[in-house]
Amino acid sequence: MLHEITLTVNGDPYVVAVRSHHTLLQVLREQLGITSPKRGCENGECGACTVIMDGLPVSSCMVLAAEADGANIETAEGLAEEGDLHPLQQAFLDHNAIQCGFCTPGMLMSSKALLDRTPHPSEDEIRHALVGNLCRCTGYVRIVDAVQDVAKES
Amino acid sequence: MATNTPSPVGKSVPRVDGYEKVTGAAKYVDDMAFGPGLLYGRLVLSPIAHGLIKSIDVSEALALPGVKAVVTGQDNPTRLGLYLKDRYIFAYDRVRYVGETVAGVVAISEEIAEHGAELVRVEYEELPTVFDPLAGAQPDAPLIHPDLGSYEVANFIFPEPGTNKSEHFRLRKGNVEAAWARCEAIVEGTYTLPQIQHAPIETHIAVARWDPSGELTVWAASQSPFAQRDLLAQSLGVPHGNVRVISPYIGGGFGGKAGISIEANVALMAKAVQGRPVKVRMTREEEFITTNVRQSLIANYKIGCDADGNLLAMEVAYYFGGGAYNDYGVNIARAAGYSCTGPYDVANVKGDSYCVYTNHPIGSAMRGFGMPEIHWGIEQIMDQLAAHIGMDPAEFRRRNCVRHNDIILTGMTMPNVNLPACIDKVADAIGWDREARPSAPGKHRGKGIAIMWKAPAMPPNPGSSSIVRFNEDASVNVYVGGQEIGQGAFTVAAQMAAEALGVPYEWVKVSANPVDTKYSPYEWQTVASRLTWSMGNAVKAAAEDAREKILETVAAYWDEDLDDLDIKNGVVVSYKSEREQPLKKMVIYGLPNENFEGWQGGPVVGSGKFMPTYVTGLDPETGQGTRAVVHYTVGAQAVDLEVDEDTGAIEILKIASAYDVGKAINPDLVLTQIEGGAVHGMSSAFEGLRFDEKGRPINGSFVDYKIATSLDAPREIHGDIVETPLEDGPWGARGVGEHVMVQTAPAIANALYNATGIRFTDLPLSAEKIFLAMHPDGVELTCELPEVL
Repeated sequence: MLHEITLTVNGDPYVVAVRSHHTLLQVLREQLGITSPKRGCENGECGACTVIMDGLPVSSCMVLAAEADGANIETAEGLAEEGDLHPLQQAFLDHNAIQCGFCTPGMLMSSKALLDRTPHPSEDEIRHALVGNLCRCTGYVRIVDAVQDVAKES
Repeated sequence: MATNTPSPVGKSVPRVDGYEKVTGAAKYVDDMAFGPGLLYGRLVLSPIAHGLIKSIDVSEALALPGVKAVVTGQDNPTRLGLYLKDRYIFAYDRVRYVGETVAGVVAISEEIAEHGAELVRVEYEELPTVFDPLAGAQPDAPLIHPDLGSYEVANFIFPEPGTNKSEHFRLRKGNVEAAWARCEAIVEGTYTLPQIQHAPIETHIAVARWDPSGELTVWAASQSPFAQRDLLAQSLGVPHGNVRVISPYIGGGFGGKAGISIEANVALMAKAVQGRPVKVRMTREEEFITTNVRQSLIANYKIGCDADGNLLAMEVAYYFGGGAYNDYGVNIARAAGYSCTGPYDVANVKGDSYCVYTNHPIGSAMRGFGMPEIHWGIEQIMDQLAAHIGMDPAEFRRRNCVRHNDIILTGMTMPNVNLPACIDKVADAIGWDREARPSAPGKHRGKGIAIMWKAPAMPPNPGSSSIVRFNEDASVNVYVGGQEIGQGAFTVAAQMAAEALGVPYEWVKVSANPVDTKYSPYEWQTVASRLTWSMGNAVKAAAEDAREKILETVAAYWDEDLDDLDIKNGVVVSYKSEREQPLKKMVIYGLPNENFEGWQGGPVVGSGKFMPTYVTGLDPETGQGTRAVVHYTVGAQAVDLEVDEDTGAIEILKIASAYDVGKAINPDLVLTQIEGGAVHGMSSAFEGLRFDEKGRPINGSFVDYKIATSLDAPREIHGDIVETPLEDGPWGARGVGEHVMVQTAPAIANALYNATGIRFTDLPLSAEKIFLAMHPDGVELTCELPEVL
């Protein structure tokens, strides 16, 4: 069964017909061509598909597209404004907090959601906020440092 | 006068792939668009660990509307393999592990393909199973590969037909039996490790299109596009030039995306629906069981030293649980054999390293390639020997570790490395000589140290090549066929090219994404920590070739001697006449002769290659030879941890690492490897695939198979770089990508012993195991359990 939903992604309005059992992740990737949210497990375990939905980080593989009707969605594609990197993106670059890059978009969105709610988190708060985003390459330390740097500057 | 170029080699320049990766622009296979013609594939997997395929009925699946084809082992019964051709693309007559690919269903949607896969009916006749490599190596064990003797095999691999041993490497040096009598201390022990998974965040994925013209294109998340082209061409009977493998960025490899995995399956599925691309993406569960895993190991050790702490003799037997197919595993057992002593100078060695077939998932390459497995026991026994003779464990290692010009176990002369410097650095960083106190009552604090070595384990002659091409504005494109898997290969390639050309680093772009076997220069595989060294040498050679061509043109133009010219900061300069010639324009249009009477020069393209030419064969009876490997990278780690006696949980407080990388082309990228590897190594100490008694995996998800999270990673990860130049490394560099996790688990075990007085010989180190060992007489419950649980 198809449902017509309206959603805003990175500021742009979309009207899409989605199937009942399709997830927000599928619709973003396959219908809207927004591919920064990655498929890592499709089971809410790895965080690679994290997007911000109405201000909260969600695993988009665990959200039915129909549930996102009317939602405001933010993904890594929308972080930079007019070519200027978001401070988190710049901090990830400055700290070499990237290796293979597959977890990076999800990591950035979880970090942004944290800083949007808690502008000056402690290291513990950062580590807790990122616990659902698995990274096999970096050992996390530089990611935590990058988020801390942005928190200090803001 | 042109200023000197700031030297990019040795500078921590930013990653060249960083911008794409933080903006979400970086494309991985699943992000590529294939249009509405794309078909989807689903694999049918064996539900049993060992059995004969009696029949496969695909009629019901084929009848499902939307199913375009069903492919089985009958479609291409030729074997596939890099070192030992021991498997069919789809199981042909027999299955050997739960998760083996038996058939592939191609359909117009993922849902229909999945449904179709459920409709493929396979009838099996179960056979006796082997799960334990030691049991599998016994003469009466059920045979998993009765045809082992007929398989095609590389000339340095020695399977034992009629057994489950796919490789037996023998190392014989000195006289072990005679040496035991001279030992003051002898420690024996058995150490085991389970199979573990690479767990890249991107699962395996491949898209294939087989054109009616006979051309096959495969888009794959691959560390080995060229090796895959070779294997696909051989196995499918297609000319190499008709096979094109394209690999964009890959979301983590760690060895799991080396060699070949599902790519050949997808190619056969595409052959059945010619002209249309077919995509197969592994689910996370499939990733855990159907793709490759790290081998398990049962290792028996007997090691002795004299009263002064000098190692005298070592006898080891390694039984690698190679899983159902050992195409890659045989070379892991071989590598473990020729490096079986670990990083120690021992005069008398008897080593036997076996790869043994089992009915478990395919054991294959994983970061460290046999070294994490053998160091797990070696490094714990070194601590025990040191304790027996009353020597500090760090000092014991300084005394016995391999050094420059040692004749090591295979008879090879040890290239220049400085392992004692690595030991000193980690001892210093961890505060080795200072006692650290537990943070609270009930906590036990401990420190441990471990050292390692590892050589690139590969055939003797894997090659690299590179092309360097100038543009009108003197910007440069560097072409390589190595893969950026997160380690920073493209960044160091740009640094090396800029340095060798004499142009500013900012002028250089690496044109290597995606790696495309149709256009990229040849690179054997992105494995074995070999790119910085091997691909780096090729890039340097290509840049030098381009530089030489430029200088020849300018020398003729100025009528000067080539040797008086140089390129500095993008300008050709003469040390003799002090003339200058910017590279802009001339690197494409050349330079005019006097009075514009004709032109010389033209578009500048440099090419370069590297292939080691000096590795020799080893005697099959003794493992002796002039040069077993190209070189070794060495390093040390120290761990500070705390154990909670009420839960058995370990908190790793700090890991300090130091590696001798020869020359850090990009020091910060080396540190990112060291840090990430320390956490990967730590995580590996707590990981293990688990199976039920029928060989069915029971923890194939991130819920049941935990990998380290941001909360598990130590707060302090310290890295140090030692630089003892490698003779044939570019600017002296050697690789470090795998080494960074080799000895982490034994360093943790040694710290755990230091904290608790208990030696743990079997991985994983579960909290339950530690808790029970800390409470051998049981525990008194301090709270009342509710009556009904």
